[in-house]
This record gives sequence, C-alpha cells and structure tokens, in this order.
Amino acid sequence: MGNRVSSIIARRRHPAAGYAAVAAGLVVVGVAYSTLSGGGASASAPAQADTAIAQGRSLFIESCSSCHGLYAQGTSQAPSLVGAGAAAVDFQMSTGRMPAKELGSENERKPTTFKPYQIYDIAAYIASLGGGPAIPSQSEVSTAGANTALGSELFSTNCAQCHGFAGAGGALTYGKDAPPLTASTPTQIYEAMLTGPEAMPEFGDGTITPAEKRDIIAYIIATREEPNPGGLSLGRTGTVTEGLLAWLGGLGFLVLIAMWLTAKRRDHVRSESEH
Amino acid sequence: MTEPWSPGERDHGASGIEEPAGGAPRRVIGTPSPAPASVDKEKVPAEPQIVADPPDKAHASRAELLVAALFLIAFLAGCGFIAAYIGIEVGIGNIPVGANPVDAVFRSNLALGLTLSLALVALGTGSMIWVRHLTPNIEIEEERHDLQSAPADRAAFQKTFAEGAAISQVTKRPLLRRTLLIATAPLALAPLVLLRDLGPLPGTSLRTTVWRKGLRAVTLGGNRPLRPADITAPGSMITVIPEGYANDPDALAKAGVILIKFAPGEMSWPDRYDGGTLVASMNWTIDNIVAYSKICTHVGCPVALYEQTTHHILCPCHQSTFDAANGAWVIFGPAPRPLPQLPLMLDSDGYIAAASDFTQPVGPSFWERG
Amino acid sequence: MSDDAVKIPAAVSGVGGWLDDRFHGARGVRVLMRKVFPDHWSFMLGEIALWSFVILLLTGTYLALFFVPSSAPVIYHGSYQKLDGITMSQAYQSTLNISFDVRGGLLIRQIHHWAADLFMVAIMAHMLRVFFTGAYRKPREVNWLIGIVLFTLGMLEGLFGYSLPDDQLSGAGLRITEGVMQGVPIVGTYIAFFFFGGPFPGDSVIPRMYILHVLLIPGLILALITAHLFIMFHQKHTQMPALGNTERNVVGQPFWPYFLLKGQAWFFFIFGTLALLSTFSQINPIWLYGPYTPLAISSASQPDFYMGILEGSLRMMPAWETNFLGHTIPWGVFIPALLPIGLIFTGAALWPFFEQWATGDHTVHNINDRPRNAPVRTGVGVAAVCFYGILWAEGANDVLADKLQIPLYTITWIARVAIFVVPIVAYFVTRRICLGLQRKDAELLSHGLEIGIIRQLPSGEFIEEARPLNDEERAVVEAKRVPPALPAPGQPDENGVPAPSSRGVMGWARGVANRAFTETVATNGHGNGHGHPNGHEAVEGGHEAVEGGHAAVGAGGGSGEADELDSHEEH
Repeated sequence: MGNRVSSIIARRRHPAAGYAAVAAGLVVVGVAYSTLSGGGASASAPAQADTAIAQGRSLFIESCSSCHGLYAQGTSQAPSLVGAGAAAVDFQMSTGRMPAKELGSENERKPTTFKPYQIYDIAAYIASLGGGPAIPSQSEVSTAGANTALGSELFSTNCAQCHGFAGAGGALTYGKDAPPLTASTPTQIYEAMLTGPEAMPEFGDGTITPAEKRDIIAYIIATREEPNPGGLSLGRTGTVTEGLLAWLGGLGFLVLIAMWLTAKRRDHVRSESEH
Repeated sequence: MTEPWSPGERDHGASGIEEPAGGAPRRVIGTPSPAPASVDKEKVPAEPQIVADPPDKAHASRAELLVAALFLIAFLAGCGFIAAYIGIEVGIGNIPVGANPVDAVFRSNLALGLTLSLALVALGTGSMIWVRHLTPNIEIEEERHDLQSAPADRAAFQKTFAEGAAISQVTKRPLLRRTLLIATAPLALAPLVLLRDLGPLPGTSLRTTVWRKGLRAVTLGGNRPLRPADITAPGSMITVIPEGYANDPDALAKAGVILIKFAPGEMSWPDRYDGGTLVASMNWTIDNIVAYSKICTHVGCPVALYEQTTHHILCPCHQSTFDAANGAWVIFGPAPRPLPQLPLMLDSDGYIAAASDFTQPVGPSFWERG
Repeated sequence: MSDDAVKIPAAVSGVGGWLDDRFHGARGVRVLMRKVFPDHWSFMLGEIALWSFVILLLTGTYLALFFVPSSAPVIYHGSYQKLDGITMSQAYQSTLNISFDVRGGLLIRQIHHWAADLFMVAIMAHMLRVFFTGAYRKPREVNWLIGIVLFTLGMLEGLFGYSLPDDQLSGAGLRITEGVMQGVPIVGTYIAFFFFGGPFPGDSVIPRMYILHVLLIPGLILALITAHLFIMFHQKHTQMPALGNTERNVVGQPFWPYFLLKGQAWFFFIFGTLALLSTFSQINPIWLYGPYTPLAISSASQPDFYMGILEGSLRMMPAWETNFLGHTIPWGVFIPALLPIGLIFTGAALWPFFEQWATGDHTVHNINDRPRNAPVRTGVGVAAVCFYGILWAEGANDVLADKLQIPLYTITWIARVAIFVVPIVAYFVTRRICLGLQRKDAELLSHGLEIGIIRQLPSGEFIEEARPLNDEERAVVEAKRVPPALPAPGQPDENGVPAPSSRGVMGWARGVANRAFTETVATNGHGNGHGHPNGHEAVEGGHEAVEGGHAAVGAGGGSGEADELDSHEEH
C-alpha cells in the first residue's frame, strides 16, 4: 500500500462523493433487475423463428391475460377479445392505450413500450381466435387523390360533434372525453373508425366506405397541418378562448394604457401667473 | 408624534384651483359674460394669460425628439404596410404554382398586421408622450350651472306653450284631436300589417317531414342506400337522410335520422304513446337497428354524439342526453321529450326504408304541438 | 404673460371666418374649446366602445364591398383548396374570398370581429364603472337608459354579424334561435316563420340579417351614441371625489388641446390593440368550421361571449314543459330565453329609480361615490356580476369539462345551485367588505396613515408611526355622502301623524330598503385638529349628511345591524 492511495479512496470526502455512491448503487441495482427479471416488454427477439401467432400468444399471456383472460375470453375486468380483430389490437396498443394503466377509467393515448412487430404478433394471435377487422394496408390508408371536400362533409356530420370541428377534442359524459386528433397516424384513424374503440361508435365499411374513410383521413391531416393564417389558433376550440382574450388581453392592456394616460404628471409645478 | 408630512412638489391642491391666501387672481373658466366689464363671481378682470410652454425646457426638447422618432417609426411602418400590400400576393391565381395559399395568407396577414400595429402604436405612444410631456400641466375649473332652468324661464316657457296650444285650437276642440288620433291609427298599424308577407303561415308544416312509406334512407355524403348487412357491428352509428333530398336543406333540417345498431337483447322499451298516438315501438326496429330523429327536441341542434359504451346520445349544444337503448328516453338536460323514433321497414330490394313518417312532430316544441 | 401666443395662419382664420359668417359659431365653439374634461382612467372605458364602434363602421364598410349576402348555393373553386368542390352559400363563399383572395381581407375581417368583441367588453366595463360609482344618478338617468338600450342593440348587432358568413358554428346558433322563437307561446311559430321566411333554414334569413346588420341597427346605435354623448357634454361629466372637486364645478383640462390630443392617443391605442390582436390571434376561422349544413354540429359550440349568458341559461335549465288542451309551453326554452336577460336589463333600468325611492334622494349628484361608501349598491352590483358570470361560465361548460377534467353533468349541477346561492352570499359578503373599508377610512381619519416606521418607546412598547392625512387624501376619505334616513314606518311626527310615504306594504318595504341604504360606519371627521383651512369648505356640507347618518343609526337601534355600528372609534 504505502503512500499511493487509490484515487477513489482519496476522494471519499469529496462533496460529490455521496451522490456518486448513490448513483453507482442505482446503476448496479437497475442492471441487475433488468437482467434478472428478463421478461415483459423488453424481451429480446426470439432465438428461433416462431410463427407470429405463437409469439403473439406468449406475449399476450405475459401482458394481457391478467385482465383479458388466458384465452382472451374476457373477465370481470376486461372484455372478451374474441372477434375484436387485428385492427382493434393494433389501434389500442400502438396508441399506448393498452395495456391499460388503470382499470375502469378512460384509457388515454400514451407512449407504448411494445415494438411494432410485437403488436403485430399479438394482433395476429387475436385475429386467429375469432376473426374481426384486419389491419388496413398502406394503400388502404393512403390519402393520395382523396377528396378533402367530401371528407370535410363526412367529418362534420359524423366526427366533429365529439372531436371538435378541427379535431381538437371535446368532452363526453361522466368524465370521458374524445381525444384530439393531432397525433393519430392515418392507420390509427382508419382503425378507430373501423373498430369503434371505447365510447366511439363503429363506422364499418358498409356505412363509411374505405374511400370515404380515406377522404376523412385526408381532411384530418390537411386540417391539422395547415397553418393558422390569422395568427395564434387559441386552441381551435372556438369562441370561449376568443372572449377570454378580448377581456384579459384587449381590455386589460387598454386599462393599463388608460392608467398611464391619466396618471398624475410629475412636472406639476405652480404656474407663474399665480404669483 | 412625528413632524407633519410636507407635501413637497405634490401640492396639487393649490395649483390652479381654489383661492390662495393672497390676492392672486382665481382662474375660473365659465361662459364668457356678455359685457367685458360685468362679472359673475368675485373680482375677475380679463382672464389671466395661460402659460403655453411646459416649465422644463430641456425635458420638453428631449420629449419632442422622442415623439418625433415615434412618428417617424409610424411613417416607416405605414409605408411598410403599403409595401406589404403590394408585395405579398394571396390567392391561387397570384401566387407561384404549388405554393400553399393558406401560407400566403398567413404571411400577408402577418406583414400587414405588424406594420399596421406598429404604425398605430407608435402614433399612440407619440401622442401620449406629446400630451404628457410637451404641454404645460394646467388644470382649470369650470362652473356647473344649474341644469334646472330659472323659474322665470320655466314660467315663460309654459306661457308660450299654452299660448300656442290655445292658438292651435286643439285644446278647445276635442272633435279635432280625437279624429286626428283616429285618422293616424291605421297608418301607424300599416307598417306592421305590411310585414305579413315576410313568410308563410306555419300551418301544419311543423308536424310532418318528408319521410313516407318506402322512402329509402341514404348515407349523408355518400348517398348510398343501406342494407342491414351493411351495419354489422353493434355500436355502429351512421347519419342518414331521405333519398333524393340531399340538396334540400329545408327538408334535411327536420328529416335527418341516425341509425344505431345494437347487439341482440341490448335494447328494449315498451310501446310508448303520446296522447293516443304510438310514438316509440320495438316493432319499428329492424335487425337490432333503430332509427331516431337527429333533431334535438330542445331547440333543434343535430344530436349526434353517441357513446356506444353507455348507449347515450348526447346533444353537444346544451347536453340533453337520450338513452338509445330505451327509446331515446331523456336522462339529463333540458330536452323535454325523447327523440322521435322513425318506423323502419325493408323495401323490396332489401334496403332500409321508412315505414311511414314520424308519428309526432320532430324538433323543438311549439305552442300548437299538442 | 408669455410671449408665445400662436399666430394663426391666414388660411385657417380665413376658413374660420367664412364659416362664422354663416353659422355664428365663435362663442359656441369657444365654449366647446374651453370645456373641461375630468381625468380618471375609468372614464376612458366608454371611449373604448366609441372608438371600437367607429372602427367597426370603417372595417364593416370595407367588408361590405366584398360580401355577398345570399344563401344561393354555389360550388367552391377558390383558394382554400381543402373545400374545393363543396356546395356552399354565396355568403360563405364570399367570406372565404375575403379571407383568402383579398389582400388585407383577413386582417380587416379579424379587426372587425375583434372590434365587435371589444365593443361589448367596453360597454360592460363602462356600465359597471358607471354603476359602481353611482354616476347614473340624477341628472343622468336618461343616459343610463340609453346605455342599456345600446347594450341590447350591440348584442343583437353582434349576433347578426357573426351569423352572416353562414358557417357551421353560427348556423347552429341560428338553429337555436329558431328553436327558441318557435317555443314562444301562442305566436312562436309565426315569429319563426316570419323571421326565416318559412321553415328553417330557408333562404331569406341571410339577406334579412344583412340589412339589419349594416343599416337598421347601426343607424339606431349611431343615433343613440350621439344622444348619449350630447347629453354627457351638456350635463358635463361626473368627477371623482378629490380636493377641490365640488358638486358645482368640473376640474380638469380643457378640450382644446388636451382632450383632443388625449383622444387622438387613445384612438390610436385602441386601433393599435385591435390590430395587434388581429395580427397575432385568429378569430372566427370560418374555413375550419365549414359551411352550414343542418345535420352537422361540433363540440364546443358557443356563441360570441356576449351571448354566453343565453347559452348558459339554456344549458342549465331542467326539462320542464307543460302540455294542456292541445298546446305546449316549453318552459325549458322559454324561461332561459327571457328570464336572466329580462332580470338583468330590467333590474339595471329600474335601479336608479329604485335607489331614489329607497333613499328619498332626489338631489343632483355630480361627484361619484367610492364604491365602499354605497354598500347596498356595490353589493347588488357584485351579486349581479356573479349572476351574470355563473350563466356565462355554464355556457362554456363543455370546454370547462374538457380542459379542467370535471365531469360534464357535475358542472351543470354546480351551476344550478350556484345561480341562486352565490349572488345572495356575494351580496352579503360585499356589503360587509364595504362597511369594513369604511371602518378603515374612519381609522385613517382619526389615526392617520401608517408610514411603515416602527418606533420603540422607552417603555419597550412598539408602535407604528402614522402621519395625518394631507388635504388631498382627507378630501377623498371624507367625501362620503350618506342619504338621509326616511321616517321609519309607523313612526309618527310630532303631531302623531305617520309619514304618508311610510304607510302600507310599500311603506314597510321602503323602510327596509332605506335602512339598508343608510347603514354606514360613522367617520370621525375632525381627526387630529390638523386645522388646514383649505379644502374643508367643500366637505363641510358632507358633515350634515354624516350626522344624519348617525341619527339614522341611532333611530334604527332596534335592528341588530345598528349594534355593530354603534362602536365609533373615538380617540
């Protein structure tokens, strides 16, 4: 040992030493946990080429069966997925709504930890149980050549009452709400119409044809991508925010100016003619 | 206690108003008296000269430069406005091919708006500084006269008025004034009478819609008739209109209908009567598809918000809520009556059609409704 | 005394002389030039409305050069390509044209709409200022009534204006209007059919609203504004209580050049504010709403804010309806349409006369009240503001539900209860606050104003030093005018005859109201013998009224309230 002390030990009384020790401990524990838990969403790719359905089944058992039942037959906590279809699975999982964060409350969009191929596998498994709407292909959701004018008519008649005239979202009953449409991909919009997630009604291909669905998708995308030529959009929720701004911004600013205009002047000196 | 507060320069109370202890003239501005020699109040000879300049000359010069600078900014901004107008085009015929017309309007609005705002705010700030720093701080006092006229004036008025009334004979000849009133009465009513042709009388038009037996329901926008097999999944909803009326807003404003599909056994309601007329029945559904009027019975908004989990139909205008699984029974909100149900049938080609018109008036209530 | 009298250029004096030869204007215009305008920031709120109206006229004229008031259907092929091929009315198409194909069109359209909103905001703020300072009292009752009519006309004008473009949002509003009209008993269907020229929507309503919006109502508003201003000119503006301000004078700066310069600055600032709003905040984006069709609706459908209370009352109302003898009265529509608006406007219109009746005060008032010195008026005003505000908030209930994550029905239930409870509570709380502030004023007069210096006395006690009020502050604090108490009901005079005005139910009611109005905290007006002669003469007259207030408090000793006020701070 002698005089040469390890540089770590020499710095043991450094002010940052405590923090460094905690950080090191966290790293050690975290790596150990993720190595040893070895399951769930971050499972590595299969060592052998299982079919999608089989892989989906094992993923389903790990992540979904506790609520949906071992054979997706449903439990008191979650509905049966037999016949729900691949499109529903793809929608719910790609938007992060499933796995549900909290049972009984409305499921909101959140980032998902599942990889796209894992979602595909689970969807294939569910589809194998009882059919149901399939995941739309890229050409089915392509908006090339779509008619945004017809899309605007269909949107305002079938969608705007919940999602708002510009897709900014809106309130439903009992604390639910229809989400804004700002982050949905064309595939997700198509799937939502097709499968009617949660409170949303279903718009099957018989009632809104695939071409009409593409028109609606084109309208939604065009609306959310177009600039607001008049300035800030104030949320695209209509007159409530406009009125607030008129009072607070318009009147508030002018009242401040009025106070400035009528404030007592500092140079108030007796005029000469009084002496 | 402490020594009294000395007002310092804030002797607002003493400058320009009220009489100081000395004999300096009081500045009272009122209506100028007719003869220069006569006086309204105390000894006020000719009105004292008002000093036109602010006391601090250096400060005023600086203020003048600032105001001038602001006005020059306003000038430049105003020129900028005109330049922006000329330079930034809008409209697909005027912008380069492939450019976004909405973007063009955004840029035009921003440029025009910024320059206009700058010009106006600069003018406003300049005017403000002008009046606050370049003018002397004078305060004057004006007398308020009694609004009430002097009794002599009132008496004279009354006398003149009475004289004129007497001369006109209207007070002495009741026949004259009564027949005058009678004569003008119909003419006064005439403008109201002329308004009669503003519109037709409602008659019975509010009681019926264009739906009739065999008239097919088509989708709005697509104009396609529907078979029950087209509405497969429980929880589906679609807006339909009578075939052939897509371009008739007057008809659509009462004839819009929503079709809702239920799973078997999910919907159930007893036959409901309104004063002897059957208005809701399970027999009017086809293949678990029910048709309700889309016109809210509150004040007529399209009641379109359907939650398939609760099977509630919510009207977004005033939150009237109807239970679609129970004959559109009202469960919340100001709507007084359930949504009218349209009797459905299948026509010879198997398409969904109306079995008859609604059996009650659709939409908001009215006096003659019954 | 100064040598810089302006030399008027020959051209100006030439024109002036030419006009004077024909119109005898020298004396009258000189009076106008010397007219005094008192200065207070809250006096400028009405001018916001005035200049906003001028801007509305200017921008509206520009828009009218491009707008087509017709419901005739056309197929759109303009610059807003998302809607290319859609069938829409010419009104909607011309509005899209203004927004996307006319340079500056969108800016002018937005300035027009923001100015309409600001016009209504300013009217409400101005009305509240006039109410809370008591500036509606004699001789200004007629001007107050004119103001209320202007308020109503402004609401109508705005309703017709934003309905002209025939977009989805305003069309839904028209549908609601038609449903409300239809529900009026006996004549409702006739009113609806006559206004719309037949069943809804028809094709007459756009051109009809257009002529109401650009000709009839602006004409009425212009005429009433002119009358409003002329009356204000003639009677002279009120002024705030201050040293040197009396009921018989107006203190301020002359019109020429001060008020003209300030008016010029104010106009530019108002216009500038509107231009800033129109540059940076989008308003009424009709291209996002789409053209009106009767079967489409959006969530968050609200009218412009000044119609919000009607929307809120429609949402709040339970579903009451009466059917009898083949007739239907939809109370759920009829009551919301008439009752809140009726209450507020009728109450406001009658208030000056009610106050005169309750206080017996028929004198002229040119000095404004500080709100704390009129607890009943301020309390009623705050209650009315709460009433209005709850209805207004309920009109936005779905937006509130969405943004604040409160269930929809819960908000409506809260509003249904609050609309009764909150105004009543607000009245009592405000009154107590006013009386508390009066108590603070009394302390200021007797103790002086604390100046933030803490001194330790030799005995060890800490005191905060106070200075006596100076003349200006004293004048403001002492400017309280309490109306004299009317004879209490049943209280006979020295001959044993009860006062005629105190007899009967009305007499009893008047007595109750009078006692409320005359409740006050006595100010000890003589302070520490500061003894400055100036400025007290104007206030001396107030002391009699204050003494009268004392007597009223003493006479009303039977009521519990008087006991609280009996503790004068005597030091």
